[in-house]
Amino acid sequence: MKKILIVGGGMGGTILANNLARRLRRELDKGDVKITMLSASDQHMYQPGLLYVAFGKAMPDELYRDQASLLEPGIEFHVDPVESFHLDNNQVATVSGKTYDYDYIAIATGSQAKPDNIPGLLEHGHHVYTEEAALKTWEALSSFEGGNVAIVTGVPHKCPMVPLEITFMMHDYFKDRGILDQVSFKYTYPIGRLHSLVNVGKWAEKEFDRLGIEYETLFNPKEVDGDSRQVHSEEGSTLDYDLLIAIPPHKGMDTIESNELGTSGWIPTDRATLNVEGHDNAFVLGDTTNLPISKAGSTAHYEAEVLGENIAAQVKHGRRVRDYDGKVFCFIEAGKDRATFASFNYTTPPDPQPPTETVHWFKLAYNQLYWNSVRGLL
Amino acid sequence: MSETKIVDARGSFCPGPLMELIAAMKEVEVGDEVEVLSTDEGSANDVPEWLEKVGHEMVDNFQEEGVYHIRARKAK
Ligand SMILES: Cc1cc2nc3c(=O)[nH]c(=O)nc-3n(C[C@H](O)[C@H](O)[C@H](O)COP(=O)(O)OP(=O)(O)OC[C@H]3O[C@@H](n4cnc5c(N)ncnc54)[C@H](O)[C@@H]3O)c2cc1C
Repeated sequence: MKKILIVGGGMGGTILANNLARRLRRELDKGDVKITMLSASDQHMYQPGLLYVAFGKAMPDELYRDQASLLEPGIEFHVDPVESFHLDNNQVATVSGKTYDYDYIAIATGSQAKPDNIPGLLEHGHHVYTEEAALKTWEALSSFEGGNVAIVTGVPHKCPMVPLEITFMMHDYFKDRGILDQVSFKYTYPIGRLHSLVNVGKWAEKEFDRLGIEYETLFNPKEVDGDSRQVHSEEGSTLDYDLLIAIPPHKGMDTIESNELGTSGWIPTDRATLNVEGHDNAFVLGDTTNLPISKAGSTAHYEAEVLGENIAAQVKHGRRVRDYDGKVFCFIEAGKDRATFASFNYTTPPDPQPPTETVHWFKLAYNQLYWNSVRGLL
Repeated sequence: MSETKIVDARGSFCPGPLMELIAAMKEVEVGDEVEVLSTDEGSANDVPEWLEKVGHEMVDNFQEEGVYHIRARKAK
């Protein structure tokens, strides 16, 4: 019997497990293949929904489903986080003290926001990367009566669209509350333009000029001084705020780092085969790779599809099918009722079109379609 | 001994070579070097501009077979 172990029951792990279960249905039913998933929670959260929670447009309980209900029959699922990885012995050990061995392993443990990595940010900034933080941001936005809103972005971070989206959404939110004339926005970004995608940056610049949103580039937050309400940057400049909105820097999971699988929890990954470097039967997908591409759900999704095909072919025929080409697709909310999207891979840059209401409604629809997507039905 | 960390940002449109370099700089010690590989023309300008603004030292900057190699030493 071939044993496939999937570590992490988030977006990447779930799509991969379901994809494999369908491709290997006959082998699973005959007992020739076993697919086991180990995760840290019995719940699956639709993380992009947290952005809407911060504006009171979604409630946290809408964002969760039972993880077991999302999995194809025959996938063995345990809430038992992996504590140590022994890739040389094809084995992992879990928090409950069990060991699991495997023929193939896929690691999709995701990433975590680390506001505490910038002194003062945890205490004085708001963000949307956990349920608790998104609820606090909602409270702060709904009670804000005007002043300077500063937006700062740490590196690296997951979902590269959040800095722009949250700024556009705040603009419309304060407009709806009738206090826009009492709010001044200062958007900052770590590199020399408003977004890492050149065309998205150009488009955002025009929109910001039109909406009266100020911006500063080459701004990497170094520390926050809560007494003087200022953010100091690595580059030596200072930003005043009354309300500080942050996209915190991220790390991979502590287990990845403590097992010395990768600095800061990012696992060195082959960009085409998605192998853990140096291990033929170990794969990585989603946020936890060290690949130079967006840490986004769509990245995890496309990687999971490639790995599903490859691992299934390897089990059945001893060889893989195709390479991952770096594909990413991202929706971009451009306010409360308009959105656009960007699609790109390792060789083709994106060319985003002007935002429309249709794309916005498609993104909202996707927020529901997501549950079909992780089940592998889309 | 100082070490050189290689950041392979070829084919990276998002987050892109400079963002990858900024992240890598946080992971190394003062005195260590980071070499970014990039296929993006923009980063040949972006990266040196950022290094100068923050005060890190640029050690090398050349193009070979369509790939830019920019090597920097962490100064603080
Ligand atoms: C506010 C916000 C907005 C976003 N917007 C978008 C968007 O618009 N579009 C988009 O494409 N993406 C978006 N994303 C990003 C997207 O949610 C992530 O990139 C995606 O979930 C990554 O998938 P993953 O499988 O790598 O990790 P995750 O989905 O985070 O899953 C990680 C899993 O690993 C488990 N785990 C952790 N540690 C262990 C362990 N030791 N052992 C076993 N299991 C473990 C966890 O319980 C979890 O189930 C957004 C994210 C946020 C927070």
